[in-house]
Amino acid sequence: MSTAYQIVVCGSIVPDPLQTLEPVASPTGPALKNEMMLPAVLDPWAGHALYEAANLAKNAPGTKVWLVSLGPKAKLQQVMMTVAQKVPFELVALDGSASGFTDATETAAALAEAITAIPGLDKSKLLVFGGWESASRGAGATMQIVGERLGIVDQFQGVDQLTVNADGSLEILERIEGGKHQVSKCAGAPALLGWATGNLPEPKNNPQVGMVNMRTVMPALQKAKPTKLAGEGLAFASVALPKQLRETQIVKDKSPDDIAKEIVEWIKK
Amino acid sequence: MLPSPISGTPARRPSPKKIMETILVLAHTENGGALAKSAREALHAAATLHKSLAGSKLVVGLIGENVQSAANSIAACPAIKYFGVTGADFSQSRYATDAAAAEAICKAAQATVVIAPATSRWARVLPGVAQRLGGRADTHVTGAAVADGKISVNRWYYRQRMEGVSTRTQRPWFIGIDPGSQTPCECGAGTAAVEMVAVNLTDASKRTTVIGIREPKADAQTIRPDAQLLFVTGAGWTKKQADGQTHVPEAEKLILGFLKQSRASLGSSKSLVDLGGEGQAVLPFLSHLNQVGQTGATPRHAKGLSTCCHGEEPHTVGWRFIGERRAVNLDPNCGWARGKADVLYIADAFKVIAKVNELLAGGKT
Repeated sequence: MSTAYQIVVCGSIVPDPLQTLEPVASPTGPALKNEMMLPAVLDPWAGHALYEAANLAKNAPGTKVWLVSLGPKAKLQQVMMTVAQKVPFELVALDGSASGFTDATETAAALAEAITAIPGLDKSKLLVFGGWESASRGAGATMQIVGERLGIVDQFQGVDQLTVNADGSLEILERIEGGKHQVSKCAGAPALLGWATGNLPEPKNNPQVGMVNMRTVMPALQKAKPTKLAGEGLAFASVALPKQLRETQIVKDKSPDDIAKEIVEWIKK
Repeated sequence: MLPSPISGTPARRPSPKKIMETILVLAHTENGGALAKSAREALHAAATLHKSLAGSKLVVGLIGENVQSAANSIAACPAIKYFGVTGADFSQSRYATDAAAAEAICKAAQATVVIAPATSRWARVLPGVAQRLGGRADTHVTGAAVADGKISVNRWYYRQRMEGVSTRTQRPWFIGIDPGSQTPCECGAGTAAVEMVAVNLTDASKRTTVIGIREPKADAQTIRPDAQLLFVTGAGWTKKQADGQTHVPEAEKLILGFLKQSRASLGSSKSLVDLGGEGQAVLPFLSHLNQVGQTGATPRHAKGLSTCCHGEEPHTVGWRFIGERRAVNLDPNCGWARGKADVLYIADAFKVIAKVNELLAGGKT
């Protein structure tokens, strides 16, 4: 018998990875130069979490997916124009900073509050998904704190696979050291899963899905709650780009045999 | 030119009164009851802070089925007390029980600073424990120091693109030290008196059971964290070559041959591991676990050799902690040429690696 879940995916936006990033000082602490001008994308691992949620929803009739996202409203709107065409979900938007220099605890508190406020949420059916780390702060801390705030103690990080067994239990593969996976069995919801890459390719854009999603996305953005992340107790002494730009020696005229010899000598050195 | 580092960002709150820190090193035992190298690295970082902070105390907390031998193995360290949570329930790497154990030890030790290796086990748990105790957590920390009586930590932001140094006023402050970023402590063995801390687990803590570890067969394991060399393969290995054909079986043979001879760890660009999802020819031994970069790993190796990979920024941010870097690519204008590699060879990687394998197999240079 299939279980209908309520899947809440936490995911924000990050600068497009192809952009050059440069830190600058702002009155509230470190920030990125021209941060509001940088093209943004859905945080990659959170994106995988969203696609996995949609895939689970497709296979578990009655399941619903929410995307809870904290970011500057205008940037969220831009990113949602693309993301909303990928898979069906209902957006819960929070208008605040998506900077990597914000504090995970404060972000988590805002996300947990937004999740709790979702009407009709049934904890016995709740699966909280998200990326195991963001491409901004990269702390791998937010999801655990969200889980704690929601009272969920079955938590998994670096998840690459979720299988729902016939008895409703969840079998989960988590990344551990040395290219291995830990396999765990959880009795069922509620559970929290911080996804790594998973196994699914990025879904193709589907304008029909986009049209359905946009009916809820735009109202959600309009009523996005302003969220202040004060960075209480956190102070940055410095933020700097690494100085290790290398003097690259470009070797053009050597034969493969000579290059191979040089590489072997270098490996053995 | 690189911009000047941002400095002197004002604290948002006045400094608190000087705290006499109690620094707790939190570690879990491995199979067999020993401590991993990463635990000794965390101990080294903690001992260094302890030495720099007048009036601070250093204590150790250990979790595992049995922790006595682990405690004994570091008995000569400057810790004044050892706490332990033991039992079969704590042999598993499981959020509910690990969080309960860590919480109990932190309370028993009255820790204000908790330093732990950022293993997958602790990374899963520590931010949640910090939340329970009203503290804060900083993860992937690559350095910790004391200046003017205050602890500061170094960590990277935006996937290793920029490094920040920060301090916190909240306590307890959980600091997860990235494995490989510190020197392991060399404190010797002895006999440690471990104070056992009781943890009452409810049935709700045992809804999850670890049922095993899934890993490739020993000879098929291509991820080797302790290897000297990272060998990265890019999508070029599966593209059409000069003869207008793809040579995926040959690429597979060359890459596996190189790994066998060199004992390198295998990394990949995202584009190569993504090919499978796009229905293209793939190298079957590659998975997302091999992926290095923005949405992959940031491994630590002394040397890195990239082949058939363009060295674009989303990939090369994963090379932040690779020492010497060389690349083989047909494009002299690829990303590696722009200050990302020490040496870029403009050559056909098929020919170069075939010869490298031959030389390595023959043991001659």
